[in-house]
This record gives sequence, C-alpha cells and structure tokens, in this order.
Amino acid sequence: MIPAQFDYVRAGSLGEAVQELAADEDAKVLAGGQSLLPLLRLRLAYPSKLVDVGRLPELTGVHDRGDHVFIGAMATHDEVMRSGVVNADCPLVALTTTKVADPAVRHRGTFGGSLAHCDPAGDLPAVVLALEGVFVTRSPEGEREIPAAEFFVDYLESALRPGEILVGVRIPKLGAGWGYHYEKFHRTAQSWAIVGVAAAVKRSNGAIEEARIGLTNMGPTPVRARAVETALRGVQLGDQVRQACEEAAADTSPPSDLHAQPDYRRHLARVLTHRAILNAAGSP
Amino acid sequence: MPRIAVTVDGVKYEEEVEPRLLLVHLLRERLGKTGTPVGCDTSNCGACTVMLDGKSVKSCSVLAVQADGCDIVTIEGLGANGSMHPMQQAFHEEHALQCGYCTPGMVMAAIDLLRDNPDPSEDAIREGLEGNLCRCTGYCNIVRAVRRGAQEMGQAVRTP
Amino acid sequence: MTEVGKARKRKEDARLLTGRTQWTDNLRQPGMLHVMFLRSPMAHARITGVDVSAARDLPGVVAAFSGQDFAAEQGSLPCAWPVSEDIVIPDHPPMAVSEVRYVGEAVACVVATDRYLAADALEAIEVDYEPLPAVLDMNEALAPDSPKVHEAGNQAFTVKITSGDVEAAFRDAPVVIDRTYIQQRLIPSAMEPRSVLATTDGDSFTLWSATQIPHVLRVMLAVVTGIPEHKIRVIAPDVGGGFGSKLQVTAEEVLCLLLTKRLGKPVKWTESRSEGNLTVHHGRDQIQHLRLAAEADGRIRGLQVELLADMGAYLMLVTPGVPLLGASMFNGIYKMDAYEFGCTGVFTTKMPTDAYRGAGRPEATYGIERMMDELAAELRLDPLEVRRRNWIKHEEFPFTTISGLTYDSGNYEAATDKAMALFGYDKLRAEQADRRDRGDPVQLGIGVSTFTEMCGLAPSRMLGAANYGAGGWEHGSVRMLPTGKVEVVTGSSPHGQGHVTAWSQITSDALGVPFEDITVLHGDTAIAPRGMDTYGSRSLTVGGIAVLKACDKVKDKARKLASHMLECSPDDLDFAEGVFKVKGTDSQKSIQELAYAAFTAHDLPEGVEARLDSDATFDPENYSFPHGTHLCAVEVDTETGMAKIRSYVAVDDVGKVVNPLIVEGQIHGGIAQGVAQALYEEAVYDAEGNLLTTTMADYLLPTAMDLPDFVTDRTETPATSNPLGAKGVGEAGTIASTPAVVNAIVDALRPRGVHDIQMPCTPERIWRALR
Repeated sequence: MIPAQFDYVRAGSLGEAVQELAADEDAKVLAGGQSLLPLLRLRLAYPSKLVDVGRLPELTGVHDRGDHVFIGAMATHDEVMRSGVVNADCPLVALTTTKVADPAVRHRGTFGGSLAHCDPAGDLPAVVLALEGVFVTRSPEGEREIPAAEFFVDYLESALRPGEILVGVRIPKLGAGWGYHYEKFHRTAQSWAIVGVAAAVKRSNGAIEEARIGLTNMGPTPVRARAVETALRGVQLGDQVRQACEEAAADTSPPSDLHAQPDYRRHLARVLTHRAILNAAGSP
Repeated sequence: MPRIAVTVDGVKYEEEVEPRLLLVHLLRERLGKTGTPVGCDTSNCGACTVMLDGKSVKSCSVLAVQADGCDIVTIEGLGANGSMHPMQQAFHEEHALQCGYCTPGMVMAAIDLLRDNPDPSEDAIREGLEGNLCRCTGYCNIVRAVRRGAQEMGQAVRTP
Repeated sequence: MTEVGKARKRKEDARLLTGRTQWTDNLRQPGMLHVMFLRSPMAHARITGVDVSAARDLPGVVAAFSGQDFAAEQGSLPCAWPVSEDIVIPDHPPMAVSEVRYVGEAVACVVATDRYLAADALEAIEVDYEPLPAVLDMNEALAPDSPKVHEAGNQAFTVKITSGDVEAAFRDAPVVIDRTYIQQRLIPSAMEPRSVLATTDGDSFTLWSATQIPHVLRVMLAVVTGIPEHKIRVIAPDVGGGFGSKLQVTAEEVLCLLLTKRLGKPVKWTESRSEGNLTVHHGRDQIQHLRLAAEADGRIRGLQVELLADMGAYLMLVTPGVPLLGASMFNGIYKMDAYEFGCTGVFTTKMPTDAYRGAGRPEATYGIERMMDELAAELRLDPLEVRRRNWIKHEEFPFTTISGLTYDSGNYEAATDKAMALFGYDKLRAEQADRRDRGDPVQLGIGVSTFTEMCGLAPSRMLGAANYGAGGWEHGSVRMLPTGKVEVVTGSSPHGQGHVTAWSQITSDALGVPFEDITVLHGDTAIAPRGMDTYGSRSLTVGGIAVLKACDKVKDKARKLASHMLECSPDDLDFAEGVFKVKGTDSQKSIQELAYAAFTAHDLPEGVEARLDSDATFDPENYSFPHGTHLCAVEVDTETGMAKIRSYVAVDDVGKVVNPLIVEGQIHGGIAQGVAQALYEEAVYDAEGNLLTTTMADYLLPTAMDLPDFVTDRTETPATSNPLGAKGVGEAGTIASTPAVVNAIVDALRPRGVHDIQMPCTPERIWRALR
C-alpha cells in the first residue's frame, strides 16, 4: 500500500527540527522509519509533515560518559548491538537489541525511535525501564530529562510533548557483579514478543543482592516487576527464586490479542521471569 | 518536490521525488529496476531487500528522500562482467529458489550476513535470514546455498 | 542419453537470480493506467449508495466506477464444479452492486495515471451501507433461524457417499473412536502478490496475470464477459508461486479486462499484501466429524466422515469441489469393510475458500492419520504397528480401496522401514520413555504420518463423473528446428516448479538431442494455445507425458524420413542417442540432419510434410498415488506450551524421478507449508466478520529460524499408469506433514490426558490443554 501525502523536511540542526515540530502539531519525527513507514503504508497514520532527524549529529552515536552510556536517539540498532561500550557497560541493551526485528530492519531502525514509539510489545522499553535509563529531550523550552519510569505513559504514548524531540538516553552503568538476560517468547522469529523479560541480577556470595526486571507486553506500557525484585533480595539460588517469580504478574494488565489471552501472559511472565533470573544469575 | 541524488548499481541518478515515494518504487517505477520486487507492506517478507551504503535494508520501508546521497546496490548490480556473484551462483547450484520471487531479497540478506561472519554456522545463517520469507523452499536449500556461497566467497578472497 | 533421473540445475534460475524477471507488476504498456479497488469494510451489508464523483475530480484520475456502472456487463464469476444436484450457485458479481458479503469485496474502483494518485482517490469515494448480520459460524449458519448469506439459504450443497455396510461395521464394534477436528482457515500467501495487466488494440485483448491457469482463464473470461474467446490472449509471465491461490478466475481479472475495454487504455492492478490477505481465496476451513470402528486387534472395520466445509460467501472456480477431492482419501492407505462420507457446504460472510496446496487431500489425510494415532492409543499399540495391521501390503497392488479408487502401486513397508531407520525411531522412543519417567518439563513426542494421496488431476472421464466442468488432459507439442534445436510447447503453466528443466530432460532422452538444445515455451495462449495448466500435482504425470508422447510422434516421422533417405525399411533402423542407423551397417542419419532435410524439403517421401514436429494430448487413465512415511519429533515445553520440531524425516515414493533436485525441493517446501498449518498459520475473523490477520505481522509464516532441516529420502515404486512411471510430488509434503506434527505434539502430551490440540498448535492452546 501507499502512504498518503505529507510534507518533508530534513532538519539541518536539532534547533531547526524542534522549530519545525513545534510549528505543526500534525508533524511527526522521522527517525529510521521502521515503525512509521509500515503505519504510513497501511494508512494508519496521516502526518502533515515528516521532520527527518536521521542525520542530525547531535542525535547520533554511542558515547561513554563515565558513570553512564549515552546512546543517541538516532543510533541504529545495528550500531548499538555492535558498540564496544554498550557491550562492555550495558550488555543487557546489546543482547536485547540483537533480538529486535531482523538484520535489515536493525540497519535502519533506531534506538530512540523504537523507544519513543512506546510499543509495549517492543523489546527495548522494558530494558531501559529495568536499567532506569534517563531520556534526554529537546523542545523549544530547552532540554529536559525524563526518568524511564515516567517516559512510557500509555499504549503508543510517551511523555514527549508536542514539539519535543528525544535526543538520547542515558543508561547508567551498573558496574561489576551483574548478570543479564532477555527472555523473548514469541511464536515465530518475526513475531512480536507475547511476553518478554529483561533481567539484570547482581549476585554476591551466592545470593541475589539486587535484581532489576522489566516486562515486555504485560500492559499498555512496559512494566517493572517490583514485587519480584523485592522478593529476590538476599535470596539464594534455588526454590526460593521460583517462589519469588510467582509475583511476576502482580500489578500487570496484559493485553488480549491474536496470540495470547491475559491469563496465559500472566503465567508466561512467571515462568519466563524465573528463566530470565536464572540465566542472568549465571545458572540457567 | 525534494531533489535527490542516488547511485544505483553504479549509475548516478538525480530525481525529483514526492516525499512519500518509497525507495522500492523509485527503483521499480522511476529507474526501471524491476529486479527488486515488493512482497508485503509491513517489512516482514524482505523480498525488496537492497544494499544501502553497504548494508541490507528493506526498500519498501525507506523513503526515497531518506536515500539521498546514498549508494544502492540491487540484485541487478551484483554480478560483474556478465557473470553471477558467487552467492547467486550458489543459489543456482543448491536449487535454493523455486518461484524466485523472494530470491533477490534472500540473496542480498545472505551476502549481508557474511559481512561480519564469513563462515557462519547453520544457526547463524538461519538467524541472518529471519527477515526474509520464502514460501517455496522450506529454507533447507537456501541454508545450503548460503554455506556454499560463503565458501566460494572465502575462496575468492583467498585466491588473489 | 540418460537425462531423466539426473539432478540437473535449473534452466529457469539465471534470470530469477539476476533480477531479469517478468513479474506482471514489472510490465508496462504505453499509456498504462493504474487501477485500485475500494473494498467493503463490512462483512454483510446492503449497498444503498456509491458516490465516486469526488474521486473523479482528483488529479490524475481518469475514471472511477461503482459496481452499478458495470452491472450490465460484468457477469458472474464462475464456479466450474457443481458437485451435487442440490447445489446453490449464487450470482457473484466481480464488483458488488447491491450487497456485500465479506470484508474486502470490491465495491468501486479508480483508474488513474499513477498508483499513488489512485490510492488517494479511493479515499474520496463515498459508500453508504445498511448493515446486515454477519454469518460466521458454520453450525449456527445451518440453524433454521440463522440470518442468510444468500436468499436461498446458507447450505451450498450436500453430498453423501457410502460403500459397504457401515451399520454392520459399527454394530458391536469392540472399539469406536469418535473425534471432531477443525481444519483452520488458511491464507495461501504466495510471495508474489496478484497482478493483472490488460490492454486492447480496439479489437482484441491481451491480459497478463499472475495466474496458474492462463488457458482456463481465457475460456472463463470469454464466458463471463462475452468477449469472444479468439479475441482474448492470456499470458502468465513469471509467476511467483501459487499453491492453489492463483488457480482462480478473479474479480480483478474480469474487471481489468472490462476496464481496458471501456477506456481503451492499458490498465494494471497489483494488490498489496494486506489487500491480498483479505481477497485472495482462502484455504481449508472444515469441521470434520470422524467415527472409526475397529476390532480389538486394531483392524479397521469402518469409517464415517461428516464434514462441514466453509465455502465463504460465494462459490468460486472449484470451491465446492475442494472438500470432495478428499472424499476418496479419508481411508488413506488402509483396508476396511465400510466407508461413509458426507459433506455439507456452508455459506458464511467470509472470503470464499478454494484450492490451497493439497486441496481436500490434506484435510482427509489429517483426519485419518490423526484417527490412526487415536486408535493406537486406545489399544496401547505403537502407532506404526496399528498402521501395519491395516495398510495395503505391497504384494496386494493394484488395489481397489473401499472408496473405489484403484491404487496402481506402492510399497508402504519399504518407505516406513527406511524412514524409521533414518529417524532413529527406537532410540527416540527410548528417550521419550526416559523423559516421561523423569517428569522432564520438556516432553518428547513422535508423530507418524503414513500417507498417500491422489493427484495428477485427472482422468477426464472421472472428472466428468464428478460433474467437473472440464477435462483433465494436457497438451504438448515438440518441433525440431532447421538447425536441429528443439522447441517444446507445453500446456502446463509453471510458477516455480521447474517445468522448463524437467521437460528438457524428458525431451533430451526421447529425441537424443542435448539438454542445452531444447527450449520450453509455456504460459501464453498465443504460443501454447492448448492447455489445462498447473495444479493438483498434475504437470509431470499429465503434461510431461504429453510432451513424451509428442516426442514419440516426432521420432516416428523422423524414422519415416530416415528410411527414405537411407533407402531401407523403417523396421531396419535402430534409433539411439539421436541417430537412426541401418542395422548392421554404418549408414546413418542424425535427427538433426533429418530436421534440416525436412526443412529444405528437397527430397521428401510421399505423404511426408516439410516439418519435423508433432503434438499430443494425454489423458491419464488413472490418478497417480504418491505415498510415503513422515516421522516428526517434537519437543514440547510443558511450562510454556511451546512446541519445537527437533527432527523431521520424510521418505517419499513419487515413483520414477525425472529430476531429484526438483523433487527434493518440492518435498522441502511442501513439508514447510504443512508444518505451518500445524504450528503457525490461521486466518482469524472477529465477531463482526473483520479479518484480523491482514498482514504478515499477524498471519504468521514460518521463517528460516522456525523450521528444522528436513531429512528426505525416497523409495521408488514406479507408477503403472504412465510411461515414465512418475507420480506427482507438488503437494505430497504438505499433505503428509500436518498430521505428523500434530500427532507428535499429542504423543508428547498423551500421558497428561491430552488427545487433541486444535491447529495451529499455539503455545497457548497447548498450555490450556495441559491445565
């Protein structure tokens, strides 16, 4: 199918992009276009204008900033998964990104674009939520920082205001002693996660010192499995872990769609969280 | 209308395009590059895969304006001096195509996956092709062809 | 020469691999316009108004039409298979005029200079609908108080076939198995979307279409539109897969022809995938109620089959015939005393169903092969043992089955033994037992499918007896060119099967000319005027044989010419490797020399014309009956419900093989599609009759990561019904694999009390079955 007409501007600078967006409330940001183009082709979106920010230097690249890694919004999935600093300091981001879409889509699709799209079935939102990333934005009012816990507002709805552009995301480095895993459960390699679990686990003396768990597709936004995190604190690997993971679906409102009903998703959340924790803790 | 410059299969083009023009339609309808087909509208099938600045992309999910200044290689630009690229040849040898509709995209994806893994395992090949659907072959012979193509390409590099 | 049997690389490949393709959407004509159709968003509604005037005023728009604008000339899309006396064949206008009966039915169209502008203009068309109730469930549709899809009601037809004393077979039977299986609705999903290009010079018409059936289409276009047949040329250029979905006479083909007639300009229409998911005919969709009566030792006494078959909203080309193609196959490879088959075709407000790879036989094979596993479980026997006790033994061929077909040849024992050895059957059974004992959360299941099928459609007299509207013959012609090269013309119309290569091999052996010296022409009614096209695994066993017979006639002519030139009796000539040699002498003429002599015609014998060519029409005397044993090992994660195929072995017997490379490819692809039905694919409509699986993001096709490497091998029991000894192969893999996979899943879970999982066997369904 064929997109409806729209205007197009390739922003020469971040400032220009922000101005263009602020001037037209029906304008949309064009990043890699890997989520947007199918929507346009199916005529499920009718933007008046696309503001192409794909080549803005302020938005590109992956940068080591000491205590955190700054991933530019326009860094492609391919760049992110190959980045030395991401692999070294935010391995959960790197390994999850390898499970996003397919190689060709990863060459175009961007880190920021897939986060700003706020699809709860996307894999990266749960990861950034679990890692407590900070979203850095620019608008006519200036720069703003939004904690991940406040960024994902609702289904396909972010905290970005009209005219506000995502510049990049700060991912705190968790430091030594952490293990990571992303457990993606889907019916075919191409299909969206029915449920996904992003887990980061810190062990000391054989016990779990701290765990961070983000759930994919367990509600209109990515969800943090706080109850499990709490229950896991100080637990030795073993039966207690499984028991803690029984809380994985607490406070979730999973969707009903072609591939699964809510009760099944809740069940999966428990099973997959357990698997993700064991994997992250290094004893699958 | 935006004016763009692209190089496609070694030839430079300057075109005025509607912003909404899809790259694959630029190739097919404007430049006559019908070797690259369209199989879906959700970037699932991968039939339209081309190389954009050396990396595989689905040309149905890229706007022509986004390709401004880029170098594009399609299935039509792979061979040299009238002979097929080793990967095309490998697909022939292993009977890795039946109807042939997915083949241009599949060959491009295959070449792309060898960029950083010149000697891939069967699993790595299957993973590298996950964005390309084939309805005829059950993928068995495609996997074999990619392995053969990898060997041939390795040989080609080793033999000066 | 022995080309037949050789793994020749395909002649077709080079242009497909280098992008020098002729897909219909690649083609252009000067002044060509683009067509797009506006489609109903309602499952069932009365059309109370269509206003295309705003669309007509938009830039680039040449014309816009409603169904009403074509009501007088668009005719009704054909159904060629009135399967019963009581059949109801409703009027099926290519563009709806007064009522829509499924989401996606065309209600209006736009013709524009550019497809982008056509897409814009569609949004300017206004249609008023008065909603009518959707009819979605077959059982509810048959209730007396159900809303009606058509005036005449929701029952399309009923068929009943009985053989033997069914009542006696079930009376006091020690074992009766009673099951209901659902064949979900499928979307064929050929990779090339449909496309049509039509043009006219004011007098005659040429229509290119992504079709499997250019010949049938030409006849039908003439019948539907009233344009005389000799004024229509149909061309199937490169066609990107079909699997039955392009065995159709579509609304878009008829309308493109009528649009070019009305506008005097070439028009092209190419569907998008989401449009195609809505409007390419769907496949399967049956509710199967099966009852099987058996002795305590597992010997089958009788089988009762009662089907509800969802026709969708209309009867298309062979819609009602599809379930009937399974009528004689539910008994499979087994002997039994009594058999009863009943089928009711049901109208619903969904896309019509029609042929999809296997067409009727996958459904039947699924039914019987699932039932054989259930019987084995009931009797606590190994599923292969139950089959062995019932199958036709190799020394019993030819064998006339309870449903009346005569299987000409087969060796089920040999295929099964080979498959078991390749699979490591006993070892996997041991592992299965071990996992059960250990209570392993990942259970192992072993699925068996010992299938046969009827293909090579078909003896014309049998089609006539089944009330099908055409014959089952195929045509071939062979001509030697002056320089000794050969042109073969075939009525088979390939779309990925490799006919050009296989027909070259056959011709090379028959005439003794090199493989490279042969070209094969097809898919154009002006070039290959006679044909019945490609479907039903018929090309080789019917079309290939027609070519062989034409070669024989060319050889006879050449012999006559050679005897004249060599001054000997025709009987004194030996023919080998393309050379006629006078017995016991060095005197000889090659077939190439004879071709040139026929061309110059300087010295032809009395009654011999100046050409070395011939043609033949072959009508098979019987179907072909490929068979095989497929074994599938599946690991089921009982915690998540995920089923994953660990290994898959297929030993197929397709008789004599012309090209093993092509045969293996057909088996691979066939298995993949059958596995996809078992695990992944389902067309889903919601309660209002909206299709939910309109894109490939929702209708899940397996990727390379979702399928294993299939282990394939063959046994070779030649068919006796054709001179090559070949059997069809195009559908075998699909027919065999679906029950193999589901049997494996059920086998894994049987100790947990599971005896069925509805297809596709999604993780969620498996998980629910385990709760």
